[in-house]
Amino acid sequence: MSVQISREALLRAYRSMRTIRVFEERLHVEFATGEIPGFVHLYCGEEASAVGVCANLTDNDTIASTHRGHGHCIAKGVEVGGMMAEIYGRHTGVCRGKGGSMHIADLSKGMLGANGIVGGGPPLICGAALSHKTLKDNGVAVAFFGDGASNEGTTLESMNLASVWHLPAVFVLEDNGYGEATGAAYACAGTQKDRAAGFGLPYFACAGDDFFEVYETARNAIDHARSGKGPVMLHVQLSRWYGHFEGDAMTYRKAGEVAAQKKDHDCLKKFRARAVAENLLPEGDMDEIDAAVADEVESAVVTAKQAPWPQDKDLMADVYARY
Amino acid sequence: MAKKSFRQAINEALRQEMRRDPRVILMGEDIAGGRGGSAGITDAWGGVLGVTKGLWEEFGDDRVLDTPISEASYIGAAAGAAATGLRPVAELMFVDFVGCCLDQIMNQAAKFRYMFGGKATTPLVIRAMYGGGFSAAAQHSQALYPLFTHIPGLKVVIPSSPYEAKGLLIEAIRDNDPVIFLENKVMYDDEEDVPDEAYAIPFGEANVTREGDDVTIVAIGRMVNMANAAADELEKQGIGCTVIDPRTTSPLDEETILESVSETGRLVVVDEASPRCNMACDISALVAEKAFFSLKAPIRRVVPPHTPVPFSTPLEKLYMPDATKIAAAVRSITSSQKQKVA
Repeated sequence: MSVQISREALLRAYRSMRTIRVFEERLHVEFATGEIPGFVHLYCGEEASAVGVCANLTDNDTIASTHRGHGHCIAKGVEVGGMMAEIYGRHTGVCRGKGGSMHIADLSKGMLGANGIVGGGPPLICGAALSHKTLKDNGVAVAFFGDGASNEGTTLESMNLASVWHLPAVFVLEDNGYGEATGAAYACAGTQKDRAAGFGLPYFACAGDDFFEVYETARNAIDHARSGKGPVMLHVQLSRWYGHFEGDAMTYRKAGEVAAQKKDHDCLKKFRARAVAENLLPEGDMDEIDAAVADEVESAVVTAKQAPWPQDKDLMADVYARY
Repeated sequence: MAKKSFRQAINEALRQEMRRDPRVILMGEDIAGGRGGSAGITDAWGGVLGVTKGLWEEFGDDRVLDTPISEASYIGAAAGAAATGLRPVAELMFVDFVGCCLDQIMNQAAKFRYMFGGKATTPLVIRAMYGGGFSAAAQHSQALYPLFTHIPGLKVVIPSSPYEAKGLLIEAIRDNDPVIFLENKVMYDDEEDVPDEAYAIPFGEANVTREGDDVTIVAIGRMVNMANAAADELEKQGIGCTVIDPRTTSPLDEETILESVSETGRLVVVDEASPRCNMACDISALVAEKAFFSLKAPIRRVVPPHTPVPFSTPLEKLYMPDATKIAAAVRSITSSQKQKVA
């Protein structure tokens, strides 16, 4: 597959993927110390999906994410320091410490929120797509959802509604093979391709460990929706490297499964190998990005830990616009 | 000013707000009706009970969107559209159908603003029919406003007359929070004078429909009419009732209720919602907590029994609160002296 992407866009994509990786690996470490409250679901291993899709979007486009949302947030441009502070529950967080890991949102970036409810995003994305269509702003709306959410009625209803209303909506199925601790092999009847066909959605599929493949496939899928031809499904096959949530020992996965993924399907390794082999980016540029990202995440953690907590008065703030 | 039905008042509010603001759109099941049918017509129904009739004709496909029978998708879509620039009014038809889409209301729309640190605005209205008295049976008769009132982030409106319906719906559409707007299906043909021009009735400001010295009656929605009828009858017997229509259960005008009870010393709450954790409980607790020493008699709740709404006419009549039951509750807490006078 030939590469049709600018050097700047490639650098941004690499930086975004590296940021997700380092951010999540660091959270894995920090969570174990007990300093991070609540639930955290890590996106490591899936970076090329969020970044490959979002590299085709602008701030004007809308995405809805999942409980495993950090990667989508970073790929859509949400500020890393604000995200880290949010995960630590601090007042300086992007949601002022009121949402946490599962509810990071930044509407100014077209990020309609991570979501604590499996299948929560697809109906919302129908609405965002309706806004784009009605306001004629040329935007598309993208629902990221997992193989677990693919069995939720909300997801299936949303594909039907998007098709009936001919919406500029993209349903991105991130199929990591597990809905919590249950395999998709058990929980998903039929095929995802047939499900898309059942609602009249063109079906696009790609491997999620190859940024270039995701980027190109997503571009075709998103172009279809953006050009007014109606909704599409993009099925990305990938693997998560950590548990459903932090603290999950993953006893349901055979020994060596994750190690094999890391060895043979690391999207960052694959990206670097191809970028060097095809002379797309100098190795030094990527090394510089790695160093800059390490600093950025380190600084985000240090700053978050020192940031102020919300105050008592914040408890009742922003329940309503006016009450 | 002309006499208008509850149905016409709601239709007029929608029409006037849609003319005023192009971001106001409607969506729901058969709000136009007829698409895909063999007759090839649109606007066959204008809503299952005709409330949205004629709106598709004026505003067209882009602003009056019929949906599949798929509540989770379109109520969620309304929430998503509200967060991204539109001002949707979604019709859930019967509020009982919230069982199919509560997540989109409770976990999504209601919580965006708080979870996102105040950075989301969700100007969403969900209209739905509620209430018994129509022999619509257990899945089409519930009064579920306590369920919504329980959820922080939602506002809950229950209009008690055509005038109230128009002003409160216009306020709901202009409001920047998610609003549940509940219409009593028995009241659609009720008529009264309703101004032709647009007007908004603010939320959280109760309406006092009768004034009297002996008892405060707080009633919700259609029960306001029942309470007024009971008050008029009791007046003839020398028992003066103040009737309060809170208009909105969230926000709730606590002050008007507490002030009235401090003057009358007696409270009757009339609520057709199921009796456990309903508004009658909530308002009784409010008064017990904040006006206890004003009370001269026990609080009375006029509520249905803890059972699904029955279908059969005599059973439904037995189930529903009405003016006779309200009057009996009032008499049970007015002094024996008063009763002798009566």
